[in-house]
Parts: sequence; structure tokens; C-alpha cells
Amino acid sequence: MLLRHTPKEVAERKALTINPAKTCQPIGAMYAALGIHGCLPHSHGSQGCCAYHRSALTRHYKEPVSAATSSFTEGASVFGGQANLLQAIENIFTVYEPDVIAVHTTCLSETIGDDLKQIADKAQKEGKIPAGKHVIGASTPSYVGSHVTGFSAMVKSMVAAFSEKTGKKNGKVNIIPGWVEPADMEEIKRLATLVGVEHILFPDTSGVLNGPLSGEYKMFPDGGTTVADLKATGDAMGTLALGELCSGDAARLLDSQCKVPCKVLDMPFGLRATDRFVDALRILAGVTVPDEVALERGQLVDLISDMHQYFYHKKVALVGDPDQLVSMVEFLVTLDMLPVHVVTGTPGKAFERRIKELTAGLPCEVNVRAGGDMFLLHQWIKNEPVDLLIGNTYCKYMARDEDIPFVRWGFPILDRQGHQYFPTVGYKGGLRLLEKILGVLLDRKDRDDPEQTFELVL
Amino acid sequence: MATTKNGLAPTEVKEELLRKYPPKVARKRAKQIMINEAQQAETPEITANVRTIPGIITMRGCTYAGCKGVILGPTRDIVNITHGPIGCGFYSWLTRRNQTDASAPGAENYMTYCFSTDMQDQDIIFGGEKKLEAAIEEAYEIFHPKAIAIFATCPVGLIGDDIHAVARKMKAKFGDCNVFAFSCEGYKGVSQSAGHHIANNQIFRHVVGENDADKPGEYRINLLGEYNIGGDGFEIDRILKKCGITNNATFSGNSTYDQFASAHKADLNAVMCHRSINYVADMLETKYGIPWIKVNFIGAASTAKSLRKIAQYFGDRSLIDRVEEVIAEEMPAVEAVAADVRTRTEGKTAMLFVGGSRAHHYQDLFAEMGMQTISAGYEFAHRDDYEGRHVIPELKVDADSRNIEELEVEADPTRFAPRKSPEELKKLEEAGFKFKHYDGLVPDMDKGTLVVDDLNQYEAEKLVELLRPDIFCAGIKEKFSIQKLGIPMKQLHSYDSGGPYAGFQGAVNFYKEIDRLVNSKVWGYMKAPWQEHPELSAAYVWE
Repeated sequence: MLLRHTPKEVAERKALTINPAKTCQPIGAMYAALGIHGCLPHSHGSQGCCAYHRSALTRHYKEPVSAATSSFTEGASVFGGQANLLQAIENIFTVYEPDVIAVHTTCLSETIGDDLKQIADKAQKEGKIPAGKHVIGASTPSYVGSHVTGFSAMVKSMVAAFSEKTGKKNGKVNIIPGWVEPADMEEIKRLATLVGVEHILFPDTSGVLNGPLSGEYKMFPDGGTTVADLKATGDAMGTLALGELCSGDAARLLDSQCKVPCKVLDMPFGLRATDRFVDALRILAGVTVPDEVALERGQLVDLISDMHQYFYHKKVALVGDPDQLVSMVEFLVTLDMLPVHVVTGTPGKAFERRIKELTAGLPCEVNVRAGGDMFLLHQWIKNEPVDLLIGNTYCKYMARDEDIPFVRWGFPILDRQGHQYFPTVGYKGGLRLLEKILGVLLDRKDRDDPEQTFELVL
Repeated sequence: MATTKNGLAPTEVKEELLRKYPPKVARKRAKQIMINEAQQAETPEITANVRTIPGIITMRGCTYAGCKGVILGPTRDIVNITHGPIGCGFYSWLTRRNQTDASAPGAENYMTYCFSTDMQDQDIIFGGEKKLEAAIEEAYEIFHPKAIAIFATCPVGLIGDDIHAVARKMKAKFGDCNVFAFSCEGYKGVSQSAGHHIANNQIFRHVVGENDADKPGEYRINLLGEYNIGGDGFEIDRILKKCGITNNATFSGNSTYDQFASAHKADLNAVMCHRSINYVADMLETKYGIPWIKVNFIGAASTAKSLRKIAQYFGDRSLIDRVEEVIAEEMPAVEAVAADVRTRTEGKTAMLFVGGSRAHHYQDLFAEMGMQTISAGYEFAHRDDYEGRHVIPELKVDADSRNIEELEVEADPTRFAPRKSPEELKKLEEAGFKFKHYDGLVPDMDKGTLVVDDLNQYEAEKLVELLRPDIFCAGIKEKFSIQKLGIPMKQLHSYDSGGPYAGFQGAVNFYKEIDRLVNSKVWGYMKAPWQEHPELSAAYVWE
């Protein structure tokens, strides 16, 4: 047993986190910044943070992740990191020539109190920022929130730094996708285009973290939201923010800063959340939803009905990020499945309330914890076993020990590939989720059935 | 003057690497890029173990990574608690591919767990000692481990939590659990190297020598600087066992607390990774009288050489004969694969930029395949790893290294026992046996090759563009930018989920892996037919 020391008895812990279901803010800021075209993320702290974040993102996306660091030493930690950041800005613009440097802080630079805005102003005054280039910043201390809130902070900084109101509306809808896969961002754009809505999606990691192999290395790939588009977000008709935690703050800032009205929706995972996304697009842009979209929806409903017999009242344990989990739990309930244990590492009681609402009326108890960890989830599973586990790669240890069918979904996925290319958002993404869930359930049945009841047709 | 395969002089390559830098950066980097030319029987000097330049995209990690991730990561029965915000613990959770064998009944294994105090802003403001204390208490209550280790992250040092005092207090309170702490804040030193040093010092101070019980087995050695990535340590252990050599303790691949505690019961220290651990070998000699030699189990010939060295040290005819038997038994299978693979790899070129020893050791494997290493360098080495241990007296102690503790070690009043008499040592040395000896990477590389310390992303890309090696070796961060250029990239930190590559079977694995990589069809698919032949040379006629 790989997690042989995990006892069944749950003892509440006040100080010790075991097997976290979250990581720190800066990595989220780095991922978000990669969704700006021509942007080099910069980690203001000691070089290990940057190395860790780049490694984690690279292992997940299987793509180059360029990011620089202020490489703090003991001296910088005592006297402040201003000199390091100024030097870094100069070196980065000279050597790598990005359009934008997106700086985020770390626990180190936050604890010593470095002020990014003041340092960027100084860089500007000293002529270290070439004309037409930008340095933006987000405060992302690692001892607050999680990787999800770090992502949110950097997206909000994009609005603060770039969104401009010229007074002339551009007829577009801003879509803030939140922390989803590059393939999901691509699918959200496809769906919006199919509905007939002109849009600006930001940040956009499609074409950045699922790029082609062609014998050419582009440090700044073709994808990403351009600075021009980021500026134009201030002239949009409205903003759809997908996911309260990932995207809500940026959308509300866009509203107060440029008077662009916003609506915060759930991330479009599964039938109902995708329905609401499409409907919101239609209403905001004043268009009629074309038959192609209705066809895709109908296909998803068709598959749900075809697979229902295998899913009905199966118990599921889930761990991941709040915005994703909310939509996934709703989808599972839609399928008549029973999400009985739900854990996120990201703190926030609103999450627990929302899950309780979505699962009210189910014929089972539902355990939910915000700010929990995978050790707790494992203990819950030992007390109330499940038929299916959904979560990131770290769940494989629980899945193996407890022999539970397991669907990898979320961040990070370190041992399987394809998630960068095949979306799980939208109706098409719903089809893929169903296929993956049925696959692991029936693979298990085929493995476990005795020879006399092993059947060809299922 | 020597020229590279592409006809460029090495000096031209160096100039090209530096051309775009601001003058200050160029001046600094110029000292870390060295053209390997013989200078009157001396190796040229390189600058190493100096600060990374802010903004330059380095391959390096931090002190915490070196301490918690590299050194203590592979030990299975210590509860490692990261004291800090959640990220550091999370990123060092199972990501280094340290394999371990905890299959014995009742064996403990905490490597699959990640423990953290997950510091919040109130802990930063009011101090985190209380939370740390509570976390240690909770870990003890749930797991009852024999040892708990505490690792400091950046903010811990800044806010001044006294983690060592907390460790002492909890150790006294429990009585049956050794609790010790590491001040391995990420900002210390200039690279992971400082973290290795901090980790090894504390293990030496708090664990080594704790268990005086006699251990079974003859020809007892410690294997220092072997981390069992991808099962390397398993393969080395298989070979040692076959030879009748007892591996008393590995620092720290597939290790346990008790192995460290009994390290002073060995009769020889065999050092693999010179950088991460040579000082432990020195301390074990001073305190307990155990001599040390440098070995290398990467490469079949190097493995054979290292085994012979160990046998020669013990000097028993039966062991010497047994080692020869094992080599004779193992080598034919290795040579058969090498001969086959060589027909496809001969004359190809490699670049290696990893760690503090691998960029050297792996050149032996490439040489066995007929491949030349045209450029190499370390991420976190010191000058002695490049130029050999004779430069150690010349090394300057700068502001960054001054803060890394050097333990003062004396002979143990009761347990110091020289393993060999001065006469025996002299006899061995006269027969060509070298103790405490390491020549470094540079003398083993060809003239005109480029040695680059702390290579960064920009220089890596330039080197590959200019010299087009057949394979490039570094870590996960570098993997995909190199491969986008159409050059296969092999991770030599974590082996791309391959391995083992040590020992005899490991050599076979490596030959096959490199053969697969450099001869993969995929590198021929970069261009679509219409990109290769855009001209409309013929038109279909539809009738």
C-alpha cells in the first residue's frame, strides 16, 4: 500500500496539511501571464519558485514554459529586491525582447514588502522599459489563497494595466475563461464563434501551451491575447466571467474601471453550465442560437440517456479547484450520480454552501470541505467507499490503494497526455467527460466480472 | 585552432553566445564559458558557484530544493514537514522520481505523503513557531515515526522562527522520535548546492552515529551521492550484492533513517556525486577514520573500474576474483547491445547540462556508444567539480558561501578507528590507488569543446542552433524548447520516466534509449510536403 499510514479514523488537524489539494498563488499568476501574447512571466523572489513553477507547468502541458526570476540572494532578502528587479527588467528586454513582462510576487518579496508598482515606475523613469513595451504586476503572496487566486490576481492585473475605454463600443463580448486547459479556451472560442458572437478571450493559452512541433522554437508563440485586444476589452458590450474565483474579480474591475457590464457564470463544464453560457452569450449579443449548437447539445443529451444505466446512483469522490468542481458536481448530479465527497484545498466557505445547494435532495450524505486536503478525502473514502474518483494525478495513489476507477481531471496531470488537446468544456467536452467516466467504470467491470458472466455486449 | 563540427571556431561560438547581452552581463558570463584548451598541462580556470544574474532564465533551483527535494527526498521513513506556505512542499512532492523499496513487512514509507504547515498571512505576521509545534505534534500523534524533519522556506528565515528550538523541544517531549530542522531557506547560497550542504550537515550532526549496533555482512561500504532516480540505486545494489560487497548506507537513494544512523559502521566511502556530498566523506574520515574514494557507476566500463577499485581497497583475493567473475559475467550482454547500437550512434554528438556530476559521468556512456560530448556544464557545481580537487585551496569564500555552515569535526574519542594503517594506505597509493581524489570534468573533455557553467535558456538555444548536436541533455524545464528545434532532448535529472541507467543493466537501458531518441522517425516530420516543395510543378487535370 502506497498510503499505508493513512488511518480510517478522522482526527481534525489544526496545523498540519497532509497531501495538499492546492498549491501557491505565484504559479497561477505565471499560467495566466502565459495567456498574453508576447509576454514573459517574471517571478520576483528566489529562483527556486520560478524553477518549481516552470517545472510543474511543463510537466503538465508538455510545452516550453519560459519565465524569468529576480534570483534573490540573502542580501536581496534583507535589503529589498528592487535592484534585482530593475536589473532583471533591463536584461529581459535586451535579451528576450518580450512585449510584456508580467511580474508576480512570492512569499519572499511580499514578506520584505517590495512594492511592484513603485519599482516598475522607477524602471520607467530610468528608461529601462522600451517604448511600446509594458511591465505589469500582481501581488501574489504564497501564504494567501491558492494557485487559483493567484491566477485571478494576474487576470485582474491585465484589466488594471491594459483595459481602456475610448467611448466607442466595439460590439464584442469579453470572455474570461478562468484556469482551464488551452484546449478548453479554444473550445470556448469555437462555441462563441458558432453562436455568432464576436469576442475577446483573455487570458488565452491556446496556441501557447499546446503548440506545434515544426523545427522552429518561438519563445513567444503565436497564441495569447494581444495587448491591443486587452486594451479593447474596455470598449466591449459586456463581460462573461467563467468561474467566480478565477474570473469574477477581473470582470468586476472591468465594470468599475471601464463601465463594461459583467455577468459571472459557472465554468461551462457539463450540460447545464454550458446551457447557461450559451444562453448568456445569446442574450448579451442579441443573436439567435444556430441549429449547429442545438445539435451538439442534443448529441450530449443523447449520450447521457445512452449511458444512464451505468451512471445511475454511482458514488463519486472529487478533488480539485472550486470553479471546476462546482460545475463538475452539477454535471454529476445531472447524470444521477452521487458526488459524496468533495474537497478543494482553496479556502472559502462559499464553495461549501454552493456544493450543498447543488447536492441538496440527493439520497446520500455529502461531505464537502474547502481548505481541505487529500489526506482527509482519503479518510472519507475509507469510511464511505466510492465507485469513481475524479481529480489530478496525485489521486492515483488513493485510486490504487483503494482500487477505485479514476478519471484524471484538473491540475496537475503529470502521467497522462492529451488534456492539452481535448477539451472538457462545452457540449463536445461533455461528450469526452462521459466517455472517460464510462471507460474507467466498464474497464473495471470487465476486469472484475467472473468468466461465466463476462459479456461481449455491454 | 580547433573548429567545431559546423566549422565554427569555439571562440566564434562563445562570441555569439555573448553578443546580445548587456556589457555587464556579457563580462560576467564570459568567465563562466570556457573553451577547453590545454594550457601547459593545466586546465583553464572557470568561474562557478556564483550568483545567477536576475532576469536571465536560469536552469537552477534553490536551497530548499537541494535540501528537502534532493537529499532528504529519497529517505522513506522520516516525516519531512515543510514549514512555509504550501507551494514548496507541493512542488517537491514525488516529483524527483526517487524510487524506494518499502516492501518489507512493517516498513514505513512517508515518501508518498506531503506534509506542510501551509503558513497563512497571520502566521507570517505573528510568527509560525506555534503552528509548527502543533503540526509536529499532529504528525507524531497520527504516524509515530522514528524521525521528523523540519524544512524552512524563504519567509521562515525572514520572520525569524526558531525552527531548531522547536525541534529540540519536541524531541525532548516525545523521547522516542528524533526531531531536527534544516535552515534551508530558498534565498540562501546561489543554487541547490547550498541546500545539499545544509542537509548533509544536519544529517551528520543529528543522525550519523546514532546506532552503534554491529551490522552483518563483509566488505562494508557506504555509497555517497546516489539518489536512486529511476532505480539506479537498485541496479548498483544488485551488482554490489552479487560481488559480495555490503552496502551499509546509501546517501540517500532508497535509504532509511537507520542507514544514516549506522553510516559510521562502514569501512569505505564510495562517492558518486562529488558535488553534493564530498564534504560528508571528509567528515566521516575525520571523525570515524573511514577513507573515501571517488567512484562512478554510470557507464559499463566505469562500473567495472569502480568495482575493481573497491575490491583493491579491501585487498582480499576472494573479493578481487569475485568482482572479476561478475564483470566477466555481466559484460558480454552489455557489449553485445553496445556493438549493435554503435552502428547507429557512432560519430553523433551530445551536449550535457545537468547537476553537479551527471554532466561528467554520462559522458562515459556516450563514449561507449561512439558519441562525442561537444559541450557540457553543471547547474550548481563549484570549480573543483570542473577542474579537480587540487583547486580547493584556491577557492574564494564569497558572501554567499560564507553563510553556509562548515561543520568543525574532530576524531570521535571512542569510535575513531583508522580502517587502514598508514603503511597499508601508502602501499595502496604506491600501486596507483587514489584516495580523496577527483580530477573533475574538464580533463575528460576533448580540446575545443565548450564548458559552460549555469547555462541558461538563451545560451542553450544558441548552442543548439549553432552546433546542432544529435542530442541535448538537461532537465524538464529545458526539454521542450530544445525539442521544438527538432533536436531530441533527454532529461538527465529525472530520466523522462526511464532508467535505471547505472551499472551494467542500466548501460544497456541507456544505449537503447539514446538509440531510440537520436534515430526516431519523428524528427523527420517537421515539414509538410507542401512546405518542403511549395512549387506547383504539376497540375491535376480533371476531366
